[in-house]
Amino acid sequence: MTRRAVTRVLVYLSLIAATAVVLLPLAAVFLTSLKSEREMADGSGALALPGDPFNFGNYVTTFQDGRMLSAFGNTAVILVVAIGGTVLIGSMTAYAIDRFRFRFRAWVLALFLIAALVPGVTTQVATFQIVNSFGLFDSLWAPIALYMGTDIVSIYIFLQFVRSIPTSLDEAARLDGANAFTIYRKIIFPLLKPATATVVIVKGITTYNDFYIPFLYMPSEDLGVISTSLFRFKGPFGAHWETISAGAILVIVPTLVVFLFLQRFIYNGFTRGATK
Amino acid sequence: MTGTTETAAVKAAASTDAAPAPARAPRPARLWRGATPWLFLLAPLTLLIVFTYAPIANMVAYSFTDWDGVSPELRWTGAGNYAELFTRPELFEVFWVSGYYLAASVVQIVAALYFATVLSFNVRFRNFFKGVLFFPYLINGVAIGFVFLYFFQDGGTLDSVLSLVGVETDRAWLGTPESANTSLAAVSVWRYLGLNFVLFLGAIQSIPGELYEAAELDGANRWDQFRHIIAPGIKPVLSLTVILSVSGSLSVFEIPYIMTGGATGTETFVIQTVKLAFQFNKTGLASAAAVVLLLIVLAVTWVQRRLAPDDKVDLV
Repeated sequence: MTRRAVTRVLVYLSLIAATAVVLLPLAAVFLTSLKSEREMADGSGALALPGDPFNFGNYVTTFQDGRMLSAFGNTAVILVVAIGGTVLIGSMTAYAIDRFRFRFRAWVLALFLIAALVPGVTTQVATFQIVNSFGLFDSLWAPIALYMGTDIVSIYIFLQFVRSIPTSLDEAARLDGANAFTIYRKIIFPLLKPATATVVIVKGITTYNDFYIPFLYMPSEDLGVISTSLFRFKGPFGAHWETISAGAILVIVPTLVVFLFLQRFIYNGFTRGATK
Repeated sequence: MTGTTETAAVKAAASTDAAPAPARAPRPARLWRGATPWLFLLAPLTLLIVFTYAPIANMVAYSFTDWDGVSPELRWTGAGNYAELFTRPELFEVFWVSGYYLAASVVQIVAALYFATVLSFNVRFRNFFKGVLFFPYLINGVAIGFVFLYFFQDGGTLDSVLSLVGVETDRAWLGTPESANTSLAAVSVWRYLGLNFVLFLGAIQSIPGELYEAAELDGANRWDQFRHIIAPGIKPVLSLTVILSVSGSLSVFEIPYIMTGGATGTETFVIQTVKLAFQFNKTGLASAAAVVLLLIVLAVTWVQRRLAPDDKVDLV
């Protein structure tokens, strides 16, 4: 009995230690984001509390000098268009592959399956040339096209889900004179709502966080998304950790809010996305 | 006159055509039905080919040339790029950096397994701990990079914590290659532990509860339960995690690029490839490097599929 109690204590200690390891780096940056330039200079250390806990001056700086507002705007445009496109493309592909028997069906499926094994980072050298030849380089369309065109995971999620929708629904609609497009639009797509929610959340978070693609394809400062705009803080604010910290916290807060409200979807979505 | 014979001929032709399969739909409708799936697949397949398969094909082609990515001229160099890649030690050295991340992913998997096991039992504040462990996975990579630049910097979070417990250190954590790579690999554990943990937790929780009860009745302790119930139950997820870790360790980019830019011996294979292609305009050489990485990742995946045939993959 006492041995059990000891294990229990050790288990809780390990959990508390892990919590500290996760939260301390974030907490330190949060505290720093509320400090003034003078407080930063007095060498009181990263964990000292800020003198004025409501000093949001650094956050104002990130918007005024750090172009964070236009960054959030660009990110929002990319998010909406790319996610909308991904949902359409993923659901259409899943519908076509699952509900039709046609020649080369196995080939098409294999094309999608194998593409999922190719890590995107490796092919950018050549993808860059293709994007460039379409004249998409340094425009919002480059990341939008790439996010839409290279997302195999959402096709998987839709495929799994389409399978669970009984084909008798399609047949009933067909008897009523509906054609394939009507069936997709009126029956399949509405019933895919849970899969759509999963794709929107998973795709939304990964798109919001992506750095590599916007960094490579949108070098203009006007086209900064949150990742690249935050990355540019490194230059002008090099030594101003209070501003950099405010920028980092500003980027993290939306993720935290989404996570707190949509926890269950997020766990399911990322589990399904990774195990495809 | 001619009109009627024509229609008659068409009718005859149609009837002979339809004779073997009388239930078939009329021709245009049949064509239309055959084309329907392709209409749905038109956009997805175009995107797939343009942005996944065409780049791979081009990349392989570039890798045998000395193209600089801009000029219209390019010369065929045969396997020259590959020879350069394997013979110039500084180009191949970056693979050793992956070793740090590989070692880190072992730590990461063990820790994730531990926390998943612990939190699958009845623990107070379970959802809180689960959320805290998973949240770093959702954070923007650039923000993580900055959080940990501050963490490791002189007088930053780590030094402050250490001085709280009485350890004074003036060590530059990102100053030497060993220390910097270890620190960066630790950041990668911090970032990705949550995903492994949630995958394991999901697998453990899908094991029916009666198994534990039965085991408990038979006098099994927690360790026995882990070995004989949990471990076999999570095998598919575990093997998936291993391959994700290996290919992940080989293609590390964000954290070292954001934090050190590849300085002090922290350059990884992908950073080097990006620099070759976009800073030094060596598209040919960079393509060869990317082809090598792609082949390694595919080989690792293939080996894993052979070793642990995953019965959960039943997509076809």
